[in-house]
Amino acid sequence: MHFFIQELVNGLTQGSLYALIALGYSMVYGVLKLLNFAHGDLYMVGAFVGYFVIQWFGGSTALSIPVPLLLLFMFIAAGGGVGMLGVAIERFAYRPLRDAPRIAPLITALGVSFLLENTMLLLFGASYRDYNTSAFISFNIGIHIGPLNIDLVQLMVIGLSVLLMIGLTLFVARTKLGRQMRAVSADREAAEMLGIDVDYTIAVTFFIGSALAGIAGVMDGLAYNNIYTLMGFIAGLKAFTAAVVGGIGSIPGAMLGGLLIGIAESMVTGYISSTYTNLIVFGILIAMMLVRPTGLLGKVPLQKV
Amino acid sequence: MTVEPESSDVSVEQKQDPSIGVDEWVARTTQRREYAPGRRGEAQRLFERVGWWPKLAVAAAFGAIVPFLLTNNFQLQVGINALLLATLALGLNISVGWAGLLDLGYIAFYGFGAYGFALLSSNQLNPPAGIHFAAYVSLPIIAVAAACLGLIVGLPSRRLIGDYLAILTLFFGEAFVEFTNNVAPSKLGGPNGIVSIDPIRGFGHQLISNKSYFWFLLALLVLTAAALHLLDTSRTGRAWRAVREDPLAAGMMTIPVNRVKLMAFSFGAVVAALAGTVFAAQQVNVFPTDFDTPFLILIYAALILGGAGSIGGAILGGLLLSVMLDGFLRSPTEAGYLFYGVILLTLIVKLRPWRKLVAVLAATALFGFAVHAIVEAISKSAVAGQTSSGWISSALHNWVVVPSNPTTAGNIGFVVLLCLVIALIQVKGRTRTILLVPTLYLAACVWEGVLVAQPSITRQLLIGAILIVMMNARPQGLLGSKRVEVV
Repeated sequence: MHFFIQELVNGLTQGSLYALIALGYSMVYGVLKLLNFAHGDLYMVGAFVGYFVIQWFGGSTALSIPVPLLLLFMFIAAGGGVGMLGVAIERFAYRPLRDAPRIAPLITALGVSFLLENTMLLLFGASYRDYNTSAFISFNIGIHIGPLNIDLVQLMVIGLSVLLMIGLTLFVARTKLGRQMRAVSADREAAEMLGIDVDYTIAVTFFIGSALAGIAGVMDGLAYNNIYTLMGFIAGLKAFTAAVVGGIGSIPGAMLGGLLIGIAESMVTGYISSTYTNLIVFGILIAMMLVRPTGLLGKVPLQKV
Repeated sequence: MTVEPESSDVSVEQKQDPSIGVDEWVARTTQRREYAPGRRGEAQRLFERVGWWPKLAVAAAFGAIVPFLLTNNFQLQVGINALLLATLALGLNISVGWAGLLDLGYIAFYGFGAYGFALLSSNQLNPPAGIHFAAYVSLPIIAVAAACLGLIVGLPSRRLIGDYLAILTLFFGEAFVEFTNNVAPSKLGGPNGIVSIDPIRGFGHQLISNKSYFWFLLALLVLTAAALHLLDTSRTGRAWRAVREDPLAAGMMTIPVNRVKLMAFSFGAVVAALAGTVFAAQQVNVFPTDFDTPFLILIYAALILGGAGSIGGAILGGLLLSVMLDGFLRSPTEAGYLFYGVILLTLIVKLRPWRKLVAVLAATALFGFAVHAIVEAISKSAVAGQTSSGWISSALHNWVVVPSNPTTAGNIGFVVLLCLVIALIQVKGRTRTILLVPTLYLAACVWEGVLVAQPSITRQLLIGAILIVMMNARPQGLLGSKRVEVV
């Protein structure tokens, strides 16, 4: 039972990260009907921004500011920086193609992902970098009952993700900007005719989605320590699975899908073998696509002729 | 009203009925086309009068003498890679270019062919003797199996469209890599792959030398191109394009949409798998990483560069990209030719009139010397860096700024360069011309300081850039024809 709970918590930790990335995928898909393949790489950039914030304040072993302040700076820097990067990508790579055939932005997204990944590789090399979280957040704080170990970082990751998701849901449901986003995702042209600034709304969507990915990247660094320039691709792919399983375009779906994929992955690793983890996750996705392509919470789109 | 002589000619011709099965609008394409005046137009007309197979034969004959012109084995290997990439782009063109199905799992078919051949011609299965089929046994088996696999992978295309199909096929491709990496290591070799694969052999001969593989691949490419041309101009080819433009309307016109889609997947799979067999036989070993996503993106880049939807485009894109990336980028001098050549060519094409071009180049040169002098006056070490070998680099040594420790400055330079390029696209008119000068200079500095030293990363950056630039600037590629978007 302890083992099960441990795996469940591990899965929830990983799953909340996937959910955060999946949210960005889903939101962008909602407004632009574009699969932003570069999203996973934004997550990687976020992890690097967090790492450099730690270095800026003296490195993990000799921090010059208190830890909560450091965390705050990390999240703000990663969220803001990656959010701006996302907006820039949308502005310069995707916006010129908004009325092109669907295949064009998709291939551009592949190119952006490739370019981003290799720019980071050029700038920072292929070596692993270590957050070394245990040096400033002790592993001993947290819940430790017998063999069960849930440390503070895991609790923080889960807690913060839940907070962000609640915040996002409220934002989309209650604010004017959220309503505009829903309007644009329902029908862009109609929204434009009703006086909604579509470009601005799309930019905001990109900002929020990318910022969430950046924050997820920092949390990944905190929880798993090792970051490297190619980490974005596979994480992006899994998050993408999460978005699809939950129903792409649906915000609660992305959260649900992320948690499910995280838990499934952790259970497979714990009870079967880590060798088959990716294969099984991809298997889930393929099965899901075949049985219910719109995902668990997605709406079946009506085909307009 | 009198009818003018030209139009009366046309009206006479229009009285002849077009042959059955040929669309009239299509049949009259040549008459609607506008030719360039003078010699160029004549040459154009002459070129169009020649049928497709003499052109293909001439191209093939030129290709066949290439191995005699190459001086070393490395160049021959580049040639083989280029032919391989061209064949793969040709296969991808079927589903992406013609049928309009975004197949991101295409690479798995290539891997399937390579692994299939590896299993059927090595000691891997049925040890210790292994299975060693002759090529005329194993190739058909692989082709048929690949066709079936293509059908299976294509099956979801009955229900899923657009992005969903792209996702599913992408995961199929990823699953293939995971599968070969992890499942049945004793048979598939896991990450160590399968080694010591037989060469392609049959009828008492076997292909050993790289030259023979070059010709074999060339023959495969030519046959594939010919078959695909016939297919393209057949009912199936027209059906594919109809499905690409509007599946619903195509269905209304009694085109069996689902069957046509499956055919596209299947044909593409066969082409990729055959390319895979040659790859496995020529390389003598296969590893799961050979079939990972970066290579898929390379194939896409080749197809997009050449022009999706055109056979010549796919081949040209494959050859061009492969020769550029494999052939030129390896050595600093040749990489320099490529880099400065491409920049110069782009400037010549884009900057008109030529006075503007000369002015920009002169300004860049002056700007460079000025910056170099200023930086040198401030700090000697900032210009003390070694430029790479080769005459271009040594000629530019007193012009570009390369610090003695180029990493940090180069990184900053690279990011600034990206921003400048983006800014360059956004501004228009005179500002653009002025901004071009520092951008060119910075590009040269970054190239000499950072990029030349890291060919593998430069290669990937180029691929990414090609995809983005082509999609934004010329989505139809070099040879493709512009698609008319029906709204």
